[in-house]
Amino acid sequence: MATSNAHAALPAVSARPSSIFSLFTESAAIAEVELKKVLRDPTELFTRAVQPTLWLVVFGQVFSRVRGIPTGNISYLAFMTPGILAQSVLFAAIFYGIAVIWERDLGIIHKLLVSPAHRVAFVLGKAISSGFRGAMQCVIIYLLALALHIQIQWKILPILGVFAGVALGSAIFATFSLIIACIVKSRERFMGIGQVLTMPLFFASNAIYPLALMPKWLRVVALVNPLTYLVDALRGLMIAGGQNVHGLGADFALLAAIFVILAAIAAKLYPTLVR
Amino acid sequence: MSDAPTAAGAFAAAPAPGAAIETLALTRNFGEVCAVDHISLNVPLGEIFGLLGPNGAGKSTTIKMLTTLLEPTSGTARVAGFDIVAAPAEVRRRIGYVPQMLSADGALTGIENLTLSAKLYGMARAERKVRIGEALEFMGLADAAKRLVRTYSGGMIRRLEVAQAMLHRPAVLFLDEPTIGLDPVARRTVWDRLRELKERYGITVLITTHDMDEAEVLCDRLAIMHQGKIGVIGEPAQLKASLGESATLDDVFAHYSGGSIHEGGNYGDIQRTRSVARRLG
Repeated sequence: MATSNAHAALPAVSARPSSIFSLFTESAAIAEVELKKVLRDPTELFTRAVQPTLWLVVFGQVFSRVRGIPTGNISYLAFMTPGILAQSVLFAAIFYGIAVIWERDLGIIHKLLVSPAHRVAFVLGKAISSGFRGAMQCVIIYLLALALHIQIQWKILPILGVFAGVALGSAIFATFSLIIACIVKSRERFMGIGQVLTMPLFFASNAIYPLALMPKWLRVVALVNPLTYLVDALRGLMIAGGQNVHGLGADFALLAAIFVILAAIAAKLYPTLVR
Repeated sequence: MSDAPTAAGAFAAAPAPGAAIETLALTRNFGEVCAVDHISLNVPLGEIFGLLGPNGAGKSTTIKMLTTLLEPTSGTARVAGFDIVAAPAEVRRRIGYVPQMLSADGALTGIENLTLSAKLYGMARAERKVRIGEALEFMGLADAAKRLVRTYSGGMIRRLEVAQAMLHRPAVLFLDEPTIGLDPVARRTVWDRLRELKERYGITVLITTHDMDEAEVLCDRLAIMHQGKIGVIGEPAQLKASLGESATLDDVFAHYSGGSIHEGGNYGDIQRTRSVARRLG
């Protein structure tokens, strides 16, 4: 029979690494298991290619003939490609929270929250993995652009910028989705809210028509919609000749700020999942 | 412990001498309902302690507060020497928890589940490898380590969850209904492992249970909860003796909880219990 004295002499728990470093390793650990799961069952990645394909091949081709939307000296198809990329990222990431509700119903979240890991690490880990998934959406869109001969930029730096922007946007919408999940806590309610949110976010943005074309009230809504700034950044990067309205720096700074705020809120709400 | 201290023998240093768990008027209200009503408990180091009670008695709420998942409405507790309200992070470093529900991730392998836990507890790579190997060996899962958990039997999943919870060598291990939905053989194996954890490493174990066999065979002492309060605390033999010579633990339970173990429980409880049983079964 062991006595408590025998243990008192032995080293306690594990060494405590610095806080920032452990926050990084914890977030990476969460992101890593999420990615392992996607790569083990990549059907999700392929089914996500369907929607953007329809938008570009069907909607885009038809609307290119209408010529009702002024897009300067570029084709409408090229104009809408960054918008469809941003949209496909939004539609995928906004339902990310449902996985958390599932994990909560199973008891996985309970177990994770009893560990000493930073609460924000759970949020950052999910956001990082959503960012990677978003990057895979990018690959799909670039392949489609290649197949449809859409006139976009094929320079290495802008392409890297597009991947970074998409990762950030995907992290934002996934974190927003986590916040909703923490509030509603049930799959049924979550699906309802997700459905209600996606279309307004999409249409009240510059994804498939320019801001200049909108009635004033809609433009105001579009200007508080993060998707607008994601689309603006992507358009600036993907299309030669500058189709960027707000400036790349401003777009990225704003998106980063939104992410920080959402991540802070999500980290506060995350522990309430198990109450 | 007489043998040389191996890595596996180095559980978290004992907290201040005395109690592993000590609650002081611990209380939790949900709106008007008082789920846990000023309970005061004292579990000494190295004991296997059972919290019994019908569904809705407040067992799960108590365990959630002791594991820092839920803040008490009033009162507090010290677990492994630290206050759950004032120092929850310190408590978390020193406890392990196996929830009632299925907490291992079926889409990952046994090793991947353990690696995630190890990383969240801040273990360095070399330490991680050694401890995961030991935990798998101890729980009899070494051969299944590289298989996806969704191919495991219910008993194997429970053992994996215990392995995850002991990886960082906690001073106190909490298990919420550890053998619910398991067949008798798997149940015995889990009991054996828990007893071994206590005897080899002096780890303190607190379980909640519904199961009189489990309470009698496994637990050194029991508390019977009813409507958020503790009816009685004592060793199983003591409790039986207090009701007369031929009394069983069922009688004790009925006496202090005002009914049979088989009554009680709302729709939500039953649904949860059944779905756990189905997944583990």
